Amino acid sequence: MSMPDDYLKYPERHHGMDQDRYPWSDLFQRAPIAWPNGARIALSIVTHVQHFPLDMPSKPFKAPGALSMPYPDFRYYTNRDYGNRVGIFRILRLLGEKGLKASFAINGIIASRYPALVDAVTEGGHEVVAHGLDMGKVHHSGLSRDEENAIIAEALSLLREKTGQAVTGWLSPGRAQGFNTPDLLAQNGVSYGLDWANDDLPYEMRTDNGPLMAMPMAYETDDRVVADEYFQSEADWAQQVKDRFDVLYRESADYGGRIMSLPIHTWVSGMPYRIEYLRDVLDYILSHEGVWTASTGDICAAFRKAGQPA
Amino acid sequence: MAGEPMKSDLGLYDYLPWPNRPKIVWPGNKKIAVWIAPNIEFYEYNPPNNPTRTPWARPNPDVLQYSHRDYGNRAGWQRMMAAMDRAGFRGSVSLNVALCDHHPEIIKACADRGWEFFSHGIYNTRYVYNLDIEQEREIIRDAFDTVHKHTGQELAGWLSPALSNNFWTMDILSEAGIQYTCDMFHDDQPMPVKVKSGKLISMPYSLEMNDVIVYNTQKVTPRHYGEMIKRQFDQLYKEGDESGTVMCIPLHPYLVGQPHRIDAFAEAIEYIAGHDGVWQTTGREIAAAYHASGAYDAMSAAMAAHNAGKEAR
Repeated sequence: MSMPDDYLKYPERHHGMDQDRYPWSDLFQRAPIAWPNGARIALSIVTHVQHFPLDMPSKPFKAPGALSMPYPDFRYYTNRDYGNRVGIFRILRLLGEKGLKASFAINGIIASRYPALVDAVTEGGHEVVAHGLDMGKVHHSGLSRDEENAIIAEALSLLREKTGQAVTGWLSPGRAQGFNTPDLLAQNGVSYGLDWANDDLPYEMRTDNGPLMAMPMAYETDDRVVADEYFQSEADWAQQVKDRFDVLYRESADYGGRIMSLPIHTWVSGMPYRIEYLRDVLDYILSHEGVWTASTGDICAAFRKAGQPA
Repeated sequence: MAGEPMKSDLGLYDYLPWPNRPKIVWPGNKKIAVWIAPNIEFYEYNPPNNPTRTPWARPNPDVLQYSHRDYGNRAGWQRMMAAMDRAGFRGSVSLNVALCDHHPEIIKACADRGWEFFSHGIYNTRYVYNLDIEQEREIIRDAFDTVHKHTGQELAGWLSPALSNNFWTMDILSEAGIQYTCDMFHDDQPMPVKVKSGKLISMPYSLEMNDVIVYNTQKVTPRHYGEMIKRQFDQLYKEGDESGTVMCIPLHPYLVGQPHRIDAFAEAIEYIAGHDGVWQTTGREIAAAYHASGAYDAMSAAMAAHNAGKEAR
């Protein structure tokens, strides 16, 4: 037995990355970022608002959190929907009490299914980010360009028409992309994305249709990842989020402004037994001097501005 | 391996119980050799498939997993390196050698600190499964040449890419001049490996102390990982009164270098470095001391004697 000779050939083995979306860069060698009003940390809270169709396909893969029981899966369909009916309102109330502006990454289909939910988000002064069409419509390289473009265009138009917001941020279901996804996002007026997990600061991605900013969003302190993939407690989640903040806050003294991202799900952190842990985390972060809480879109805009020559 | 009957035993080492072994004496009469092995890796965006293992769970490009790995080379490695600098540890880098081509900047920072480089294959998305022996030899030659060209170092150690192996792998590593393998987890002391030529050592690496097992498989919290490292050390340090032990902490900068994880790790290795009987060392240096002190020959003789005694009963 042997492998074809090509298996020992490496056409992309050269300086830099093995794809052409962005150059390599060392986080600790970049020019320091100055956030508005001298803030050390920009706090980016991204609440995931999701619809899992009862008939969601399992091919080529399911987005995390997908229904997993035999059809019809009453259990997880309704549990995920709990987030849309109840959980999100706990999160909105908490943000409102603290006067925080945040981002809500919403599946496009939610705009037509639950317009009252979307109204509550926009009335709270929050940014709407497109989170694909629904959790059954994952983006992958098996989709044709036209098929994928249709999904992106529909998700964006549903949310833009409902909210009146420009909706220029994007989070793919399951943070999954195909080879064409960044090009198609830029083509549809998206200016930043949250899928890539390789940095703690924004960086620009090249697309065929102009640049797309990759905004940082933590992967391993996501509430769903900690609860449903690591099976760790809500107290363990809160501790890790605080520990994450501590290091980024400390680094901001030497390396310039950092971003603390807080990805949460309505059907996870919106649960009665968990919401006070979210409050605890926010209290902890906000007890520090120099924390600027803003929508991801506003943080992206501030980053672009900070990068302009004075 | 297709078509060949499966074996029930690796056949690479003989049994030798922990009590009454020949005593290992480390340089300076230190009780324990502690080495840290950062896996500095490159995972490909669009790797070819191998019939035995598909590189990514999702179809290429699996941008979430790809970018998660890439985090180590953009952000995590600097935090990990700073923590090791503070505790006075040099690294023994388990290197996907293509990283020399992709990110020579990282290689230079490691080399400037006197870190050792050993080979972890070309990419972590290329496995040795289904290769023939000549193809696997080509990977070994590539690794020797690439590391020598970029660092001037002669490879001494090997960890197979993604721990993929063939039955002949240890023979051809030893034949090529590799001195130690990290692919076997059967002991807390270096042990001779039965190979056709040369004197290959199995160097204690670790699954349980390895952050990829800790975080991706066992789903341990960062603070608990710090406690695990300290307890593992305490026990091996105590046992080092009787005979020298080895403790390895294998790392992946994309995991340990996350902001919510780095402090627990940093505190644990500072704890270790605070003990007088610790030899903070590298894989290459442990292998050299094992030979120079006569431990290799003594362990080989002990295993032969134990094996002969077993057959006589």
